Amino acid sequence: MAKIQINGRKKLIKQNFSVFDLLKKYKINRTKVAIELNGKILPKNKYNVTKLKDQDIIEMVQFIGGG
Amino acid sequence: MVEDKLRKDIFKIDKKIIKSRLIVGTGKYKNLTETALAIKSSGADMVTVAVRRVNISDKKKPLLMDYVSPKKFIYLPNTAGCFNSKDALRTLRLAREIGGWEMVKLEILGDKKTLYPDMIETLKTTKVLVKEGFKVLVYCTDDPLHAKKLEDLGASAIMPLAAPIGSGLGIHNKLNISIIIKQSKVPVIIDAGIGTASDATIAMELGCDGVLINSAIALAKKPILMAEAFKYAVISGRKSFLSGRMRKNYFAEATSPKRGLIS
Repeated sequence: MAKIQINGRKKLIKQNFSVFDLLKKYKINRTKVAIELNGKILPKNKYNVTKLKDQDIIEMVQFIGGG
Repeated sequence: MVEDKLRKDIFKIDKKIIKSRLIVGTGKYKNLTETALAIKSSGADMVTVAVRRVNISDKKKPLLMDYVSPKKFIYLPNTAGCFNSKDALRTLRLAREIGGWEMVKLEILGDKKTLYPDMIETLKTTKVLVKEGFKVLVYCTDDPLHAKKLEDLGASAIMPLAAPIGSGLGIHNKLNISIIIKQSKVPVIIDAGIGTASDATIAMELGCDGVLINSAIALAKKPILMAEAFKYAVISGRKSFLSGRMRKNYFAEATSPKRGLIS
């Protein structure tokens, strides 16, 4: 298991879990979000090949209503 | 800019043609169904959106994109809630990563009570964003000097406030707005402070290229009806501006001819 943080919440994930697996787990469509991994934007084409490591910090954002 | 538009009234930001001069926000509605209906009723084709964390604990939470399709509407991501350059840049870079949006609205606030724009941070950030290829529509004070500086830095549109965000107080400094319109070669769009449809008409009659409305529609008792009111208010104001109003007289001037009066 690896301890990671997503949007400020601590989560436990399996070893060898990719960012793509994470999106699948939370039923999130990749076309509707952007991800920052440890402070750097992770391009969408890297989701499949990027494995999450212990202590990784993820910010995942989307568009919401605003003025 | 005005002379060009008298010939053919096309509204363009950067090179993009925007069909409606009314741009609407997507915040503060009761729910997403109301948001979608109000936007449709407004006739707007460009909508502002905010960037926020995904709620990972609620997988079924409805998404704005499912109600207001980015395929049908031009999304204009904003930096609402940012109080410094670093946060604004981070927000807009993430927004671009979601789906390639390069046209964005920059707003950096300087004070929590008035939500007045921090122009020092705004100028600094505009420069960086333009360099990174963003087309930046900039929320700013109604100070002609700052508006000019923003244009010189490469802003795609100048968005002065009419009054503080969400105040609904209407246009308070017509003179400054007029000076900004006269000096600008890029579109001038009134952002923030409009309270009701007639305020939007006044903005358009002054010669603004467009208006951005959120609270005045979303917080009306009947938002969908108010959205329609704004649609016509903006069209009306634009046509009135293009028509060129009559001169003002200090005394009455009879409308009916004096000749042939029954004596």
